Amino acid sequence: MSDQIDGGLRSELQRQGIWVTSMEELYNWGRKNSIWPLQFGLACCAIEMIATAASRYDIARFGGEVFRPSPRQADLMIVAGTVTKKMAPQIVRLYNQMPDPKYVISMGACAISGGPFKQGYNVLKGIDRYIPVDVYIPGCPPRPEALLHAFMELQRKIDSQKLTGNAKAEHLDPMQPSEFPVPAFGAHDLEPAANPRLFQPPKIERS
Amino acid sequence: MNTTEMLQPPPAMTSRLDGELMEVSMGPQHPSTHGVFRMNVALDGEMVVKLKPVFGYLHRNHEKIGENTSYLGSMPYTDRLDYFCSMTNNWAYALSVEKLAGIEVPERAEYLRVILAELTRLQNHASLLGFLLSDMGAWGTPLMYAFREREKILDLFESLSGSRMMCDYMRFGGCRVDAGPDWMERAKKIVDLFPKFLDEFEKLILSNEIVIMRTQEVGKLSAELAINAGMTGPMLRACGVNYDIRKVDGYGFYPRFKFRVPLGEHGDCYDRLMMRALEMHESVGILKQAMEQIPAGPVMNPKVKIRAFRPPVGEAYGRIEGPKGELGFYLISDGGTNPYRYRVRPPSFINLTVLEDLCLGHTVADVMVILGSVDIVLGEVDR
Ligand code: SF4
Repeated sequence: MSDQIDGGLRSELQRQGIWVTSMEELYNWGRKNSIWPLQFGLACCAIEMIATAASRYDIARFGGEVFRPSPRQADLMIVAGTVTKKMAPQIVRLYNQMPDPKYVISMGACAISGGPFKQGYNVLKGIDRYIPVDVYIPGCPPRPEALLHAFMELQRKIDSQKLTGNAKAEHLDPMQPSEFPVPAFGAHDLEPAANPRLFQPPKIERS
Repeated sequence: MNTTEMLQPPPAMTSRLDGELMEVSMGPQHPSTHGVFRMNVALDGEMVVKLKPVFGYLHRNHEKIGENTSYLGSMPYTDRLDYFCSMTNNWAYALSVEKLAGIEVPERAEYLRVILAELTRLQNHASLLGFLLSDMGAWGTPLMYAFREREKILDLFESLSGSRMMCDYMRFGGCRVDAGPDWMERAKKIVDLFPKFLDEFEKLILSNEIVIMRTQEVGKLSAELAINAGMTGPMLRACGVNYDIRKVDGYGFYPRFKFRVPLGEHGDCYDRLMMRALEMHESVGILKQAMEQIPAGPVMNPKVKIRAFRPPVGEAYGRIEGPKGELGFYLISDGGTNPYRYRVRPPSFINLTVLEDLCLGHTVADVMVILGSVDIVLGEVDR
């Protein structure tokens, strides 16, 4: 509805004390301004996450200061740090325990791809092999401003999500999974090594 | 039922769940385990009767990678060991390589190293106190104060090295860049103001009755066990053992500075907490002296080859007094560009080995306080 109503008319009405909005807009406005992150840090990047929540950078300005220790109360998982193969199953499990709608920020080089420890035998080369990621932040560690930027990007995404129609948000589609299989410890690696439904890296053609 | 019978507690309460133990897995996702540490605790009622730590959730193959990269290539990795104190990690590693290859360090660089190491100590201890009080239930506020101070010091690190946390600042034979006079002015100002924060913090916290109740007589460590377990740093000194590598080894230019080593008496959590607060006072003293005395000159030994650096065959162990304890690097060189063996002696891992002894007989809530007072960083524990 908000796209159908003329912006000028709308602000004119607002001046007269009439506020026109749509359910979708109101709902998304509420959601995007109270994102509760899951309080859980993995490595060095987590310290920058804490710094973002602490006095100078103050994530409360964006409505994200309520760090919840329980996944059942969280909307956002900030994967901050190196994901080892020992830890990856727990992260997927935590993700599965979060209620829909849920979002993931992959913070730092390690969570994106393994980062400086990519060659390590125990390091998972990117959390997007097992859970869907909404925003990636590069950096080692990313600065708190970068995390705030990612937060704003996420707010933009939430704001643009549709509640109805063909393009409606994934979490409203009953055909979309909200839980993903937890990898198991295999003989040499995690099994499966990636969730093929989520992880489709581009094929590199070498001549 | 007569009155005396009614006053008796019901049988279930006296026998403590019929003698059954409850097993609780704390971590790896837990707000107060300082990362991804996990403890399997067996509880009798609320008392801890057994505690088994589970490591390895952050094992990042640091040592193996160190053996496969050049000597200089390991320097950025050391930043990520104990990610609070990248400067002291750099120093310990540089010191070991300098020992291995017999490299001299210019005077100004040594002074800079002392200044940066003490600044690191300040921010590490300040954030530790914040985290510890968070664990005790003073949620948020002390941490905010601590991080306010930490940010000021990180600003200094950033303007010197280009990065807030991962400084990668020291090199074999000196430091990467020199600190300008304006940097020194800013650092002086921050150091001069630091005691104000300490006084405020101590007034609010250290005589607080809840803090005293939660920490005194909790997690007592005897000096004998501490020595036998190889503990170092504030953990050891809280038991009254006078052992500070800055005094014992006299590395860097520490013998030139006047400072005292604070010692505890009881070895409980309160002493460990106090130890950090007192050490910060001493660090401020060292910083003031070092900034006073620092001479002009080069910060890098010009004779050191940066590329294709090959130390002679041999082995070396360099150690410093990091904020958490003795941080050492043991290197074996076979004459190549990579170390043959690269081993880290992490203080927080070794300080953690006595965790079960400290926790037995205390309640679950105290486990978090005890763990917090050990001051661990998982990047260093699991490596
Ligand atoms: S990206 Fe860098 S700072 Fe972040 S967890 Fe990995 S190594 Fe640490």
